[in-house]
Amino acid sequence: MSTTHTLSVLVEDKPGVLARVAGLFSRRGFNIESLAVGGTEVPDVSRMTIVVTVDALPLEQVTKQLNKLVNVIKIVEQDEDTSVARELILVKVRADASVRTQVIEAVTLFRAKVIDVSPDALTIEATGTRSKLEALLRMVEPYGIREIVQSGVVAVGRGPKSITAAR
Amino acid sequence: MSAPTARPGPAARRPAAQPGQPKPAATAASGSAAPIRRPVAPEKLTGAQSVVRSLEMLDVDTVFGIPGGAVLPLYDPLFDSVKVRHVLVRHEQGGGHAATGYAQATGKVGVCMATSGPGATNLVTPLADAQMDSVPIVAITGQVGRAMIGTDAFQEADISGITMPVTKHNFLVTDGADIPRIMAEAFHIAATGRPGAVLVDIPKDVLQAQTTFSWPPEMRLPGYRPVTKPHGKQVREAARLIMDAKAPVLYVGGVIKAEASAELRELAELTGIPLVTTLMARGAFPDSHPLNLGMPGMHGTVAAVAALQRSDLLITLGARFDDRVTGKLDSFAPAAKIIHADIDPAEIGKNRRADVPIVGDCREVIAELVEAIKNELAANRKLELSKWWDYLEGVRRTYPLAYDRPADGSLSPEYVIQAVGRLAGPDAIYCAGVGQHQMWAAQFIDYEKPRTWLNSGGLGTMGYAVPAALGAKMGMPDKEVWAIDGDGCFQMTNQELATCAVEGVPIKVALINNGNLGMVRQWQTLFYEKRYSNTDLATHSLRIPDFVKLAEALGCHGIRVEREEDVENAIREAQSINDRPVVIDFIVAADAQVWPMVAAGTSNSEIQAARGIRPLFDEDEAVSEPAVIHEAMEESASHAATFGAGSNGNGNGNGTGGSTA
Repeated sequence: MSTTHTLSVLVEDKPGVLARVAGLFSRRGFNIESLAVGGTEVPDVSRMTIVVTVDALPLEQVTKQLNKLVNVIKIVEQDEDTSVARELILVKVRADASVRTQVIEAVTLFRAKVIDVSPDALTIEATGTRSKLEALLRMVEPYGIREIVQSGVVAVGRGPKSITAAR
Repeated sequence: MSAPTARPGPAARRPAAQPGQPKPAATAASGSAAPIRRPVAPEKLTGAQSVVRSLEMLDVDTVFGIPGGAVLPLYDPLFDSVKVRHVLVRHEQGGGHAATGYAQATGKVGVCMATSGPGATNLVTPLADAQMDSVPIVAITGQVGRAMIGTDAFQEADISGITMPVTKHNFLVTDGADIPRIMAEAFHIAATGRPGAVLVDIPKDVLQAQTTFSWPPEMRLPGYRPVTKPHGKQVREAARLIMDAKAPVLYVGGVIKAEASAELRELAELTGIPLVTTLMARGAFPDSHPLNLGMPGMHGTVAAVAALQRSDLLITLGARFDDRVTGKLDSFAPAAKIIHADIDPAEIGKNRRADVPIVGDCREVIAELVEAIKNELAANRKLELSKWWDYLEGVRRTYPLAYDRPADGSLSPEYVIQAVGRLAGPDAIYCAGVGQHQMWAAQFIDYEKPRTWLNSGGLGTMGYAVPAALGAKMGMPDKEVWAIDGDGCFQMTNQELATCAVEGVPIKVALINNGNLGMVRQWQTLFYEKRYSNTDLATHSLRIPDFVKLAEALGCHGIRVEREEDVENAIREAQSINDRPVVIDFIVAADAQVWPMVAAGTSNSEIQAARGIRPLFDEDEAVSEPAVIHEAMEESASHAATFGAGSNGNGNGNGTGGSTA
């Protein structure tokens, strides 16, 4: 049974690290659903949030292989119940004067923002869980979606503990 | 977690491997047992000089390589080094395998060098080969200048990108000041934990530019922390399982790399548990020892395969449940619980679920296991293995490793290989290529000591033998070194005989010339209705090339042997010549086959001792053995693949082995 897993991977901020990590997944035939990379509060340490849909056993194998990469410092699987996960979406929606207010109403309902306006389109910025963003998209879809861009999921454990501090 | 801790693991045990081991940052006090070389205050020199100085500080005595445009600056200061001997090989692949042979024979890190582009890509095969067999090698490659990287410059190849999946780690140096640190890290990564291949790629302008060199550098490897010390609770749990077992087997793999042969012997003799040595572990435990059932796997002894298959507990020491050992995985050792000890956590549970996983260095694991079992024995618990041994001795007696003389009177390849082993003895080093000759060399030579059997196990690289023998002989000049090679393999890398002749490296080559790509031909015989598609090398039919003339052209002494009565004299002649390499072209039977065999993708229970004879399978069917055996012997006489008496089952064929069909 395949399930979705979210991995937080601390890596050294060095050239080629992303290629090493991505290469490991592709070599084992895993499709990365979402990947987000950025800096952390620790200098020279980057954090990747990787979402994969895979069985538990091959996942264990891939995390062990990931751990073998010299530039990988730490891997934590973020459990759905004990972590919070968010992603960012920018959507360009067809909206002329006749429907603009209806679209803005939907935007407000989802506590999203309009960040760009032109005579026949709006660009909406929204953050949230995947399910919330999917709901938003369903709401604005009837008006006509011209373009969607999404960040990968980023996730952090609940509570005071830090995976970087444990170093 | 902080800096890398150099645990008193392999590094501490092999002072020769890295006496120049620089101090890991911060936590060095926690266990770097390697002696620290006298420090070198920062001094001005070029990047190239910095590389050479680093090699010297790391106690590298031999480098195998070929210069070229991008790496030229490095070859200039190398010319002056009195500590580092550079061996000019004839092909980069040969340099890579030579470094691997050097490392396997000595336990030290092997080093090879090449230029950018094609020089570097020619190293891909040996890097993958060393990585698969966990051999510590470091490759240093020149790269085009930094400003030209990514422009498709002349002789540019993204070698760090290319080798990412086939190395343990690799580096692209972008600042000359990093050279000492990266060199130290490269050697540390190659030699510690699960050893492997590391590549260091250095752009030409970095080699040329002025920089500073100081020693020891501070290593910065926050993500690299191999675990060598096993978990005590797991070891005690393993000891408990061992005491409860009725049919345990020691399934021995990377014991040689862990320098744990003495500990293994203590464990085996303390418990009396039967033992099998994988292809890579031949020599980890003496073949002459009664507890050794030989090699398991596709061409293993029936006794070794039966032991694993019928076992109720596999004590796995640094082995990795490779498909060539397990056969069809889901029917492998169906009743066995698994103790799996490995320094690489990713191996544990990869192919077979482990009941007791132990992450740690084999030597420490075995030493602690011995203590734990002694405690169990002191508490009056006993191992009762006599029934198990009765069964195994029966199998060993009934199905010894053996071979028949070819029906057409031609020379038996097994006889030749056995004769080499008998005359060169257990102190010689044997390197094999890949194929039938490799399997026969694993089966019919008695290995008594670690680091005397070198081969390409994981990647199965044809052409490994000659360059590996060059490397082994460079590392162990006082040892007699034999390359046991096939006529297919030999034609891939024999150019390194010129290197051997020029550099004064008198290796001996036993060329098992059966005129064909023998192992492929065997499969065509068995599984492709004897349709011999592209396996005839014409080394018999046309005698192209003439290997004796070729050997002489390469500066070697060449001998040709076609009759059994000439075999021993030729080997003795080769042994008496030490001013140049020797090649003996043994013209052997084309139809000889490697037996026993577990056909690919089938269960180990279907192992055939010889064609059509399934000892374990038939035993289940309660078929009377002798009748079947004789029938099959007659049937397959023309295949020269029956088995006979004369050789004992340890893979220890002291007898001449087998009746003539």
